[in-house]
Amino acid sequence: MNTNAMQRADFAAIANWIKPGARVLDLGCGDGSLLRFLAEQRDSIGYGVEIDDAGVLACVNNGVNVVQGDMERGLSGFADDSFDYVILSQTLQAVRSSERVISEMLRVGREGIVTFPNFGYWRNRLQVMSGHMPMSSNLPYAWFDTPNIHLCTMDDFENFCRDHGVRIRERIVITNGGAVTLMPNLFGALAVYRFERA
Amino acid sequence: MNDTRDPYSVGAVTPRSAKFTVPLALKCGATLAGYELAYETYGELNADKSNAVLVCHALNASHHVAGYYADDPANVGWWDNIIGPGKPLDTNRFCVIGVNNLGGCFGSTGPSSINPATGKPWGADFPLVTVEDWVTTQARLADQLGIGRFAAVMGGSLGAMQALSWTIQYPERLGHALVIACAPNLSAQNIAFNEVARQAIITDPDFHGGHYYEHTTRPTRGLRVARMVGHITYLSDDEMASKFGRQLRHGRLNYTFGVEFEIESYLSHQADKFSDYFDANTYLRITKALDYFDPAAAHGGNLSLALEPATASFLVVSFTTDWRFSPERSREIIKALLDNRRNVTYAEIDAPHGHDAFLLDDARYHGLVAAYFDRIGAELAK
Repeated sequence: MNTNAMQRADFAAIANWIKPGARVLDLGCGDGSLLRFLAEQRDSIGYGVEIDDAGVLACVNNGVNVVQGDMERGLSGFADDSFDYVILSQTLQAVRSSERVISEMLRVGREGIVTFPNFGYWRNRLQVMSGHMPMSSNLPYAWFDTPNIHLCTMDDFENFCRDHGVRIRERIVITNGGAVTLMPNLFGALAVYRFERA
Repeated sequence: MNDTRDPYSVGAVTPRSAKFTVPLALKCGATLAGYELAYETYGELNADKSNAVLVCHALNASHHVAGYYADDPANVGWWDNIIGPGKPLDTNRFCVIGVNNLGGCFGSTGPSSINPATGKPWGADFPLVTVEDWVTTQARLADQLGIGRFAAVMGGSLGAMQALSWTIQYPERLGHALVIACAPNLSAQNIAFNEVARQAIITDPDFHGGHYYEHTTRPTRGLRVARMVGHITYLSDDEMASKFGRQLRHGRLNYTFGVEFEIESYLSHQADKFSDYFDANTYLRITKALDYFDPAAAHGGNLSLALEPATASFLVVSFTTDWRFSPERSREIIKALLDNRRNVTYAEIDAPHGHDAFLLDDARYHGLVAAYFDRIGAELAK
């Protein structure tokens, strides 16, 4: 879904937040590379949820725990407060019921972590201004074959959190692998948030 | 003849027998003074005896898991498609052990064996055995073979229940459990089907209260019906529809009670085959072992508590069209394992074949099992 360099920046930001030995649930974990990274870097005890057969197989090859299933059907198999962190990496924009997924993340985990491509990034705005749906390394799909159905800007996400009883604890904004502090909703390509129940 | 044979077969195999003289207290309260278990092994046990994998069998199978018999080459092991050199459970790497469960009819002590107290076949007097009893005897076999700890215990269906029970009864004696097409206990519907099967056998006039050996007869009719009922539950509705549909055996309706539809012909063939080689008393006992299996029962129905002792890592696999042991039942096991923070891999294979899918070739399923055993192999190599 994203370039390797982008993914590494995203991974490193998440790893920085994770306490050593923490219990981590990664929703839409794909091939399990984030879980593997966190296990190596943070000694975390990780589980992934993945719907795709190839992803599940790749998780086995990556040596990480995985439960095959559709996270959008809820996380009923996971007990309340059973994880320190529930992560949704580069997947928020592709989930159907964003509200339900975020609320399930905070039921199962003490903290949630999401990363998503910031639709407010100036390059995206420029493409829309020029009359086209944005395409970039973060948004690599054409409009007709994109899995992304709920794209948002950082401001949109922060408003969402305020309206849904979610307190943002920290955020990191990344463009080309580097941190962005100036006008992040304009200059940030990738947003990484950690949040908890307000 | 050899050139048509599977190049990844373990080849010709020889069943062996292990004798046990230490009395065995069974869960039902009875004690067996001694017994024998038939088993087979494939692949070499390594120097530190750490590469052994126990394969537990389901309802109608045996210790003959892979390979074939030199004097009966058509008799290929029941899980031969998954076990062999270069197969998902690779016998170049692992030493695989298959064992016929106590109460069986393929060489282990069972109802058709001679009861030393009477000099006659046990028949109805052979005690009812449970999954837990089987696991105990398998552990004793491991002791005899000098295997302190299995790299993995693996099974499908009732075999998977044994693998699950291993993780509770002897948590320190296995590294991994492969629990395929399993359920943590039988549903009322499952028990109901088993009871129909049992009644078919017990009410057969040739059953003679279980002492049919002395009458030199067998309750073949009952066993046939039992097998038919069972077989229906192993297949999915879709699979039956696509395999047989409403096809007619003779191209037209004959308005008789003979075989008219292809599905009837298929069931009849399966029933004939089964009733020819399987022992009715064993069938009765195995269905009972299925009915009784319920590790959560001793913990007020709480499976998470039941699995608390387990330390193994788990691969749990279910099949979407399995309505006998549906994916929901496997997810109960997953939930209990997650509650206990165990290592788990859970895969739901989208296969059309119903419960029987665990025995069939499916690239995704076999690929997953192969990858999982690679992981176990890599751990052993460390």
